[in-house]
Amino acid sequence: MSESWVDACAADDVDAEDVIRFDRDGRTFAIYRTDDDRYFATDGWCTHEQAHLADGLVMDTIIECPKHNGRFDFTTGQAKGAPVCVDLQTYPVKVEGGRVFIQVG
Amino acid sequence: MAVVATKRDYSLIGRDTKLAEEKGLASAQWYSCSVPRKELKAMMKRSDWPALRDTAIWFASFFVSGGLGYYFWGTWWAVPCFFVYGVLYGSSTDSRWHECGHGTAFKTRWMNDVVYHIACFMILREPTIWRWSHTRHHTDTIIVGRDPEIAAPRPPDVAGLLSNLFALKSGGRALSRIFLHATGRLAEDEKTFVPDMERWKVYAVARIWVAIFAAVVVACLYFRSILPAMYIGLPSFYGAFMVIFFGLTQHAGLAEDVLDHRLNSRTVYMNPIFRFLYWNMNYHVEHHMFPMVPYHALPRLHDAIKADCPRPYRSTIEAYREIIPAILRQCKDPNYFVKRELPSGAKAVPYNHDAVIVAAE
Repeated sequence: MSESWVDACAADDVDAEDVIRFDRDGRTFAIYRTDDDRYFATDGWCTHEQAHLADGLVMDTIIECPKHNGRFDFTTGQAKGAPVCVDLQTYPVKVEGGRVFIQVG
Repeated sequence: MAVVATKRDYSLIGRDTKLAEEKGLASAQWYSCSVPRKELKAMMKRSDWPALRDTAIWFASFFVSGGLGYYFWGTWWAVPCFFVYGVLYGSSTDSRWHECGHGTAFKTRWMNDVVYHIACFMILREPTIWRWSHTRHHTDTIIVGRDPEIAAPRPPDVAGLLSNLFALKSGGRALSRIFLHATGRLAEDEKTFVPDMERWKVYAVARIWVAIFAAVVVACLYFRSILPAMYIGLPSFYGAFMVIFFGLTQHAGLAEDVLDHRLNSRTVYMNPIFRFLYWNMNYHVEHHMFPMVPYHALPRLHDAIKADCPRPYRSTIEAYREIIPAILRQCKDPNYFVKRELPSGAKAVPYNHDAVIVAAE
């Protein structure tokens, strides 16, 4: 396995249609699981203001920031409307042996 | 601890803006009551149904009251009809603007946007300006120099507050800003919170609104009657009094420059009619602490966190028994504020806690 792949969590640590926080080496991420068991990862901080997306609400493939209800599509990182204007950084994810790995690079 | 009295500067481009940033009050970390993730997620869950039901009732109320107002026009019976119509148009739109602006009323995004724009027009709050202004209000709630929505700055302008029962001051300001925006310009304070890429929307909407107002004026002149304006335009003023009545319960008289919504916001129990008009915004501590929770789940959230919050007010009367004396006292002593008592064992945000203890003695 490439060194840039990091073991983030157990697949079952994330509920369906939910998100959890993962921190590593001073960086913070949000790990998502959709209703149909697909996993995604983005930067943890909202690009609008300092609020962690792991405290937000997942609706289908949208993450809503808990601070101002700004929304992103977490599968692409795209900002979906004010007050969020800057896209989220996303990271490749794979699930192996019941574990979620993200490629932080 | 010595308290030094200085005149507050509430503008967003003044001395206290810089002070707030230097003191670490801007975009800071706020206290949040502990709620298990599963429980909070259930409360955050969105649904179209409650807002569809309430909006249907709301629109029906407009048609009934407005229809009866037309039918009885020229008689005294028109007065109560337009009273109801005015409150719906000029006051209940505050909560619709608010909840739909957050995007939480409906699950379906475009439904929030439609009701948001209708409410904005009726209450004379330009949609883009107020979306960004309200964002700042949530980031820096009642932080002097940062929050553009402090309704009762100190010392309070009591005459201004009373005039705003009919939106005379706020409505006049709103109209002047609308006309400014229609010319393609923003005010200096607006430039501090409306990003460049959003400004074209401000100008476009302002021009549409000016066109609508012009059409209403033309209609009044053509029909030689103020009746068209009784439906569009004037209710923003004659129906505005509940905005102040409800709005002052949110924060007036409480602490400024604290990082704990339990200290600068009120939760007030209200009757079902008020709660329909106000869309549960009376659960204001809860709303500020967890803005992702939609209005229909706020009573549940209140139950989940009330043990960690000050006692809610049992009625608007009880709230006003505190608000009116506080505002009057602040006219002479702008450092005075009401200190909300946290329940024993509750955690208080360490920042600025000393300042809270010193004041309001």
